[in-house]
Amino acid sequence: MRRPTIILLLLTAALGLATASCGGGEEPLTIYAGRSQTLIQPLLEQFSKDTGIPIKVRYGDGIDLALGILEEGRNSPADVYLTQDVGALGALQAENRLQPLPSKILEQVPVAFRSPDGLWVGLSGRARVMVYNTDTIDPKTLPPSVLDYTNTQWRGRLGIVPRSDGFPEFVTALRLVKGEEFAKKWLTDLKALSPRTFPNNIAALQAVANGEIDVAFLNHYYLYRFLDERGEGFKARNYFFDNGDIGGVFLVSGAGILDTSKHREAAERFIAYLLEKQSQQYFADQTKEYPMIAGVKGDSKLPPLESLKTPAIDLSNLQDLKGSLELMRQTGILP
Amino acid sequence: MPVERRGHRGPTPVVLLAAIVTAAVLLPPAYLVLRAAGEGSAIVQALSARSTLAALGRTVLLTTTVTTTCVVVAVPLGWLTTRTNLPGARAWTAVLALPLAVPSFVGGFVMVSALGPGGMLQDLLEPLGVERVPSIYGFWGAWLVLSALSYPYLYLQVCAALRREDPALHEAARSLGRSAHQTFFEVTLPQLRPAISAGGVLVALYVLSEFGAVSMLRYDTLTPLVYIQYTTQFDRGAAAVMGLPLLVLAALIIGGDAFTRGPARYYARAQRAPQQRVPLGRWRWPAVAACVLVLSVGVIVPVTVILYWLARGLQEGARTGLPFEVVTNTAQAAGLAAVAAGLASLPLAWVAVRHRGWGGAMMERAAYAGQALPAITIALALVFFVARYASPLYQTLGVLVFAYAVRFLPEALGATRTALLQVNPNGEEAARSLGVGALRTFARVTAPQMAPSVSAGMLLVFLTVMKELPITLLLSPIGFDTFATTIWSATSEAFFAQAALPALVLMLCSGLAVLVMLRREEVTLA
Repeated sequence: MRRPTIILLLLTAALGLATASCGGGEEPLTIYAGRSQTLIQPLLEQFSKDTGIPIKVRYGDGIDLALGILEEGRNSPADVYLTQDVGALGALQAENRLQPLPSKILEQVPVAFRSPDGLWVGLSGRARVMVYNTDTIDPKTLPPSVLDYTNTQWRGRLGIVPRSDGFPEFVTALRLVKGEEFAKKWLTDLKALSPRTFPNNIAALQAVANGEIDVAFLNHYYLYRFLDERGEGFKARNYFFDNGDIGGVFLVSGAGILDTSKHREAAERFIAYLLEKQSQQYFADQTKEYPMIAGVKGDSKLPPLESLKTPAIDLSNLQDLKGSLELMRQTGILP
Repeated sequence: MPVERRGHRGPTPVVLLAAIVTAAVLLPPAYLVLRAAGEGSAIVQALSARSTLAALGRTVLLTTTVTTTCVVVAVPLGWLTTRTNLPGARAWTAVLALPLAVPSFVGGFVMVSALGPGGMLQDLLEPLGVERVPSIYGFWGAWLVLSALSYPYLYLQVCAALRREDPALHEAARSLGRSAHQTFFEVTLPQLRPAISAGGVLVALYVLSEFGAVSMLRYDTLTPLVYIQYTTQFDRGAAAVMGLPLLVLAALIIGGDAFTRGPARYYARAQRAPQQRVPLGRWRWPAVAACVLVLSVGVIVPVTVILYWLARGLQEGARTGLPFEVVTNTAQAAGLAAVAAGLASLPLAWVAVRHRGWGGAMMERAAYAGQALPAITIALALVFFVARYASPLYQTLGVLVFAYAVRFLPEALGATRTALLQVNPNGEEAARSLGVGALRTFARVTAPQMAPSVSAGMLLVFLTVMKELPITLLLSPIGFDTFATTIWSATSEAFFAQAALPALVLMLCSGLAVLVMLRREEVTLA
């Protein structure tokens, strides 16, 4: 490469450094958002418009961002952390990286959907469902309880995502509701049927639609993205455990304020904003999730929240999660 | 032509620079060891667990088979596209490099959509009466997919070395009565040793660190075990422990490389003559068919699937688009990173090639170690060091470029080293004896000769930075979207139509970058 080109490139770099370090003006609120940019960017921009608070948003994988915050230590630029996965909030909580939220925010959300210590709050909810292939399965014949999927007729036909996205949380719920021994036996029986494992919900859903497997135990809302893009001909649908079965365990996405945040007031305003009626309606309409506050109607395609039974357990409790993972490893569900 | 190692004490500033670069490149392994050390006695238990040993076995098997396959594929392919009258040779080179543009997090998913049960291949074959396609899951699928995606690491290096090879040797062999066939094995192949070795190391280290494809294809090597620790428990210590065997394997691979490439020098003594292209005769079209076959999995499959996403999405009225900013951001960051990695590789290659003693060689080899680590570990390592010890610079473009350079330096290093090996030091000595300063000699005599090979390494960095994800997500300035972040953000939420356009433009840019480099090189050599 010629010398002028190199010099030019180096100058560009220096310029980039200079402009990045001399901002000025009102200090923005920095949000680490472990949720889809496509889905939530309009909502966050609306917040900025409505309140006049400037925001800077780092979008990314929720787990990567939480790990990033932990490694950043005291110098983390993040004020608010937003995630799909309360386990990640649990990890921040376990290392004392969250600060308590004011009670006027917490009280808006049912006890089951927020941190018992008041360190994070649920923003939207998702149900565990059995996704089935519409060609091979008549939903009327599906077992009404997830516990019945250890029957040998499901050998090689069931898909799970053991690594994240709800399955470990389900195991925690199972242990707490049915006891350790029961959970162990159920997982052992499940493993004996060689369930297909997938690295994420989307891959599993795709496999159901392709007929590679007949059913998969997943979160409810991914299906609607596929239906939007592929139309009604897409060969997978949700079966909701709306009879109070533990298979329908309810999970939340949530947010918390970092202990190192220097913009506490703006951060609280931001979280309060996400719990306001129009934001909650946005989640219900755009992301097909369940709203967290009373008086907001969920999507008509979903069974009402009241029909789903939710065990009152703290799904962000890492101690509980560790036990579940250990059990999953013992029974061979995780390598 | 192997020549005796020459004693040559370089100026100390070069050694100092090399040491600084080595220190920077060793940040990720240092972080890993630091985190793992916190685990104490749990290390032995975790590493001796049966599941860990099984994953280790799978990792070794996959790494050796994929690397071997890549050598077997890339060397003949490099020869075909640089040394023969293959129709459209330059275009083939650009297209054959394209698998590098497929991001790891897309590759596995795309392959399963196309080749998996109920996938596009099966749909195609069904009318022909084929009910089942062979399973893509497990070892064979992982082997096929990783080979198809990683051979360009070798291929680009082999092409660069072939273009630089002194045709005089070749002609001498032919005039002494050797057949074209014998000449290839007795003259060309030994000359390619450093390039094959450097590319092979990159392939092997890539396989060690690969996550996206192996997890989709259900072949659990060590890297997925590291990820499980991160994603399920956020346990950075336990994850680091699982990463330790990767460092050991990397050390073995790098040591093996030192053994393969040997102490030889590879430079022309006389003035270069232009290379002659071998006429393929009736083998022309079978050769084209071979290229197409290699492309089928690594390029044709991803492009078809992505085009299908686009068509289907548009049909259903999905929105699609690509902010121009994404293109300029990516080009800027990747360009700067390529230059940074290219420059940083110079002192390391210099001390390794031109200095007597083991110090320089050790530094150069140590630089490869980090490449075996999972991408997320490297990203977290850089977050750790920069946020804690250089926090005003954290999440600026400068630091992003630094992080890329640390991550991808080994890709440039192999090429720079090969380039330096091909430079005859006699020219430098002549310049120095005429009283020209060291730097000036380098700029006027050495650098021009090294340029083609070094730019091949920089190209490799450029191509891989464009699709890099974890470092970009964590260390880029806020709002700095690149191809990789845009594609990831869409695919992770099943907005496939949205991912299609950036993915196609990424491949297009990669192809163009290869073409631009080839063009420049032809101008330089002419």
